[in-house]
Amino acid sequence: MADSASSPFAGDGPELTFRKGLDSGEFKIQKCNDCGSTIYYPRAVCNHCGSANYSWHTASGNGTVYSTSVERTPPEKGGNQNLAIIDLEEGGRLMSRVVDIDPTEVKIGMAVKAFIGEIGGTKLILFRPA
Amino acid sequence: MTHPLRGSSAVVGIGLTEFGDLPGKTAIEVLAEASHNALADAGLTLRDVDGLFTSSMERVFHPLQVCEYLGVQPKVIDGTNIGGSAFVNCVHTAAMAIATGECEVALICYGSISRSNRKNKVRGANPNAGALHMSEYQSRQPIVSYAMAAARHMYQYGTTREQLSHVAVSARQWAMKNPRAEMRDPLTVEEVSNARLICDPFTLFDCCLVSDAGAAIVMTSAERAKDFPHKPVYLLGIGTAITHDQIGQMPDLTVTAAAQSGPRAFAMAEMKPSDIDVAEFYDAFTINTLLFLEDLGFVPKGEAGPFVADGNIAPGGSLPVNTNGGGLSCVHPGMYGMFVTIEAVEQLRGGCGERQIDGAQVALANGNGGVLSSQVTAIYGTDETL
Repeated sequence: MADSASSPFAGDGPELTFRKGLDSGEFKIQKCNDCGSTIYYPRAVCNHCGSANYSWHTASGNGTVYSTSVERTPPEKGGNQNLAIIDLEEGGRLMSRVVDIDPTEVKIGMAVKAFIGEIGGTKLILFRPA
Repeated sequence: MTHPLRGSSAVVGIGLTEFGDLPGKTAIEVLAEASHNALADAGLTLRDVDGLFTSSMERVFHPLQVCEYLGVQPKVIDGTNIGGSAFVNCVHTAAMAIATGECEVALICYGSISRSNRKNKVRGANPNAGALHMSEYQSRQPIVSYAMAAARHMYQYGTTREQLSHVAVSARQWAMKNPRAEMRDPLTVEEVSNARLICDPFTLFDCCLVSDAGAAIVMTSAERAKDFPHKPVYLLGIGTAITHDQIGQMPDLTVTAAAQSGPRAFAMAEMKPSDIDVAEFYDAFTINTLLFLEDLGFVPKGEAGPFVADGNIAPGGSLPVNTNGGGLSCVHPGMYGMFVTIEAVEQLRGGCGERQIDGAQVALANGNGGVLSSQVTAIYGTDETL
């Protein structure tokens, strides 16, 4: 059995590593060293091949809208909001919001760029038109 | 070689409560009423139950509470929650337990007061709490997830707003033939398309009801099934599949896990889509019906919109779908899975009155869970199909 220091599970878990990245202004994503796939969201094992052998990279932040909707809300309750699913350039997909644009103008296939924003006090990845 | 589960168990009892507003009742009272009705329908009592299968959005220890409340100490218990499809998944696990002799009388039961809770502003557990890298976006779930699946289907296959509306209108036309259905007023394509937008492209009428209701069924072995008051409805095939938890992790928003669960169920039943006389889909939203028509092999991928717009799933069409009116127009108490099963059984018993499909011998019931996350497909038949 490998000693604990050389275990791929040693140290901070991938969730904390990701969150620390956001706190320092970096959008970090994992890439599997065995199958080469991007792992997103962060995981302790590759969801494509099961390997625990991965490395961290800084995401380009370039993405494409895979699908989109508008959550219809009256203006007095905060107004309409976009919700979208974004395909990352490196591979991987996430639910997010595209902001700084009329929510109804977000279209499938649109190029978007990630930034680190905040909702309800939690730092997270948001997008705006590229 | 014939699969050992094919025709090995049967539904011998079904029970429902009133649908809609059940003021003054708790969820477990509704569950108990449906269970009592299902057992009475089978000529049994709670003392006969030795397998208990249930699920709930309300409480982690729900199966313990159900057993305690009903006063049963079953030998087999399953309370797995994979969303509203859980109750079709229960049919799968109950059939395995019956076939292996682990239990003889399986009660599958559900009760909910979703509408009363909404009216009284009682908030249940948030199913999205803890959804990884999703819950913090505070989105309007589950509606917006299904809306994004619809948006993608429209983008990829040219499915139209009007075609989605035809799904709701077809369901309403069936509901108008069902005295138990909640929504029985005529509905037009224009009314659906022009209704208030909720999450684009969905309007109000693309979304299911929120009801108070309970439902239960009793299953037993095929050998015992012949001795019950009603003619048995045999489970011929069943398949379970899951692709994701949250919609952002769904591999392809236009292909559900029914593309896996369906072929498994058909293989077990030794049947194909053209053998199905009547189909009951979990239509939480209009897009569901289109996706399941395609994924279960009734039409090629991308062609469900025109198929529905041509009237094929409505009364008088080539493939009767959601003959009770579905979650869109009959009833939807948070988890609809039990109701696809009960309508399939009622159609094969032959007692559906104005909405009865003449000579129906094979029925398909497809349960959906989460946000298109889990799918369980069951195929039932009369004794002629064994």
